[in-house]
Amino acid sequence: MTAPAQNSGARLLKPLVITFGLLGVWQLAVLVSGAPAYILPGPVRVFQALVGHGLLLLDHALVTLTEMLIGLLAGSVLGLLSALSLSWFRHLRGWLLPVLVISQAIPVFALAPVLMLWFGFGMASKIVMTTLIIYFPVTAACYDGLRHTDQGWLDLAAILGADRRRQLLRIRLPAALPALGSGLRVATSVAPIGAVVGEWVGSSRGLGYLMLHANARMQVDLMFAALLVLALLAVALYFLVDGGLRAAMPWQRVTLQ
Amino acid sequence: MGLAVGISEASLRYDDEWIFNNIRLHLEASQWTCLLGRSGAGKSSLLRMIANLLSGTEAHTTAHIEIHTSDGLPLAGRIAWMAQRDLLLPWLRVLDNVLLGSRLRGNGRASMDLRRKATDLLARVGMAGYELRYPASLSGGQRQRVALARTLLEDQPLVLMDEPFSSLDAITRYKLQSLAAELLRDKTILLITHDPAEAVRMGHQILVFGRRQLGEPLRPPGEPLRALDDPVLLPLQARLLGELLEAVQ
Repeated sequence: MTAPAQNSGARLLKPLVITFGLLGVWQLAVLVSGAPAYILPGPVRVFQALVGHGLLLLDHALVTLTEMLIGLLAGSVLGLLSALSLSWFRHLRGWLLPVLVISQAIPVFALAPVLMLWFGFGMASKIVMTTLIIYFPVTAACYDGLRHTDQGWLDLAAILGADRRRQLLRIRLPAALPALGSGLRVATSVAPIGAVVGEWVGSSRGLGYLMLHANARMQVDLMFAALLVLALLAVALYFLVDGGLRAAMPWQRVTLQ
Repeated sequence: MGLAVGISEASLRYDDEWIFNNIRLHLEASQWTCLLGRSGAGKSSLLRMIANLLSGTEAHTTAHIEIHTSDGLPLAGRIAWMAQRDLLLPWLRVLDNVLLGSRLRGNGRASMDLRRKATDLLARVGMAGYELRYPASLSGGQRQRVALARTLLEDQPLVLMDEPFSSLDAITRYKLQSLAAELLRDKTILLITHDPAEAVRMGHQILVFGRRQLGEPLRPPGEPLRALDDPVLLPLQARLLGELLEAVQ
């Protein structure tokens, strides 16, 4: 089934209506309840803070964005390589899989102070944190995809004379791409958690730091503005990854008319 | 001259249960041999054993087979394969699916020559103009046509077919049978089927896969492709159906 063709204006309409609708409800709630601005600032105040502190927010946003992007890249590459290794080295599997599972039993948040100790106050510890949080979903999804290749394809490849390496790289890997894509989408949506939690534990820059800092100084409107920027970054990152995955898998858009 | 293949002492055991035992089978050079049997009788396993796909490392499975070829050379690398499912790779366009063998053996792009040959074959199976489409946009019959072109490009002396026409509608099946018979004329074929009409239409010889054993080869009069409404063939179809029924009781 394909959705009826819509022009981009009509497609944008619904998200815009719901966004402004919710903002309206928010502003109304602030006005009706009479909540003080240091508890719940209205969207207008938050917008004023957003504009007023634009450069400050941009400065910190760039730090968090860099952490997320590098962490996402490192976590994905490491995850993909791990999944390929697990698939290739059969004898390694029995040794590595328990390590992977046990490593996931330790909450990454609990590791944050240790990472801070080892990798310092700067960006490195946040990047490691983000990498760790992304690594497992990508590895698990990709390894699962590599294992569940259609036996018929593997039979055909064997008869066509493909060696083990080409079976892995030209059959198993592309067949696992949709699964890898799901893993990457999950990873992208948790990437901001890694970066922000890392910043909370100890940092002097980044949106997570800015939120704590603003909170301590009762600048609740700035805190909300930082939160808004973080949400926008997360959404933009998700659509970037999603778009990239769609471009990498053009065959997935084709369906029988 | 085509390749003749002799198969003997083919046995397959799953735990303590024999799926089949000591089967022998002779594939005449450049002829169609049809193995007719019910689903689950072990026909596909026999085909996989001939193709060396049942490595013997599977748990609970004991398999043995002796294969002799008329030229004395091993069979490995000289087999083409058509399965019930077309097995087209969804991430490759039609032309690249036809060229799959060269993609899986070589490193780079297929040569211009080979690409031209693949395009020609696509035209011969009636798929000219579909080279750059993705398989997902094709119908079942079109997909199996592309699979036939892939099989033809391999140009191997022995073609193993595991019910390649069984999931198609009657008209598409009829057309594809004719096309395959015409284009695979010089090849030695082992076709597995559960359809007596298909066996009678396509096969130089027909063997019924019964309980753990193969029946005696049956050679219908005349040459394939046979007309299905030939009065001589109707009793034969009925008889084959009867043998199939008997085999499951």
